[in-house]
Amino acid sequence: MTHNLIPRVVSKLLIPLIILFSLYVQFHGDFGPGGGFQAGVIFSAAIILYALVFGLDVAEKIIPPYILRLIAALGVVLYAGVGLATQLLGGRYLEYGVLGETQVAGQHLGILLVELGVGLTVASVMLIIFFAFAGRGRP
Amino acid sequence: MIIDILSGLLLACGGLLGVIGGIGIHRFPDFYSRLHAVGTTDTLCAILIILGLILQTGLTLDAFKLLLILFFLFFTSPVASHALANAAMHGGLKPWLSNAEIKK
Repeated sequence: MTHNLIPRVVSKLLIPLIILFSLYVQFHGDFGPGGGFQAGVIFSAAIILYALVFGLDVAEKIIPPYILRLIAALGVVLYAGVGLATQLLGGRYLEYGVLGETQVAGQHLGILLVELGVGLTVASVMLIIFFAFAGRGRP
Repeated sequence: MIIDILSGLLLACGGLLGVIGGIGIHRFPDFYSRLHAVGTTDTLCAILIILGLILQTGLTLDAFKLLLILFFLFFTSPVASHALANAAMHGGLKPWLSNAEIKK
């Protein structure tokens, strides 16, 4: 209990910052370096750090595995749904321009939604893989 | 001009500390002394390099981002060394002692 006091205190300080940074990378990704994949990995790294320091059971209570599976599927549905929506509006698959009033506004919205789908799926799949490996050998 | 010289000096010191840490991790005999060599130099090396870079950027948004990186490294780097040493001690790795001390 006491032998990992320092990692506990510092990770309490750092985990909110890591999640905040992942949201920055996610939603600033169309102006700077970043995007859905990187943001998802950073987000899952925050949860993995939490699981390493505070224990696997507590982490699985915060984000239960069945919700993770739902989110992973939801991200793919969002990605594919944007593609289908552009087709329904008269463009080609994932042709973002038709989504908004102008070409630029449509591109902006389309990229944001698609990257959000990628981020959701990557974060939850990383966590599913981590929980599956870390939970081996448990009854 | 003075700022350039100062930032170059800071960058060179930071790089030198990094090289010293690298030599230490290569040359020291056992786990704890290697960790000591790299764990102590690493934090100061990062601080000096980032301060040198901040002098180059001046008062901009980039300087603020560099300060955030500095804050992050300032907390994570010592904690990472602590966690490594703690895990090794917890796992039962004995520190390497000289022969005289073992005989006692």
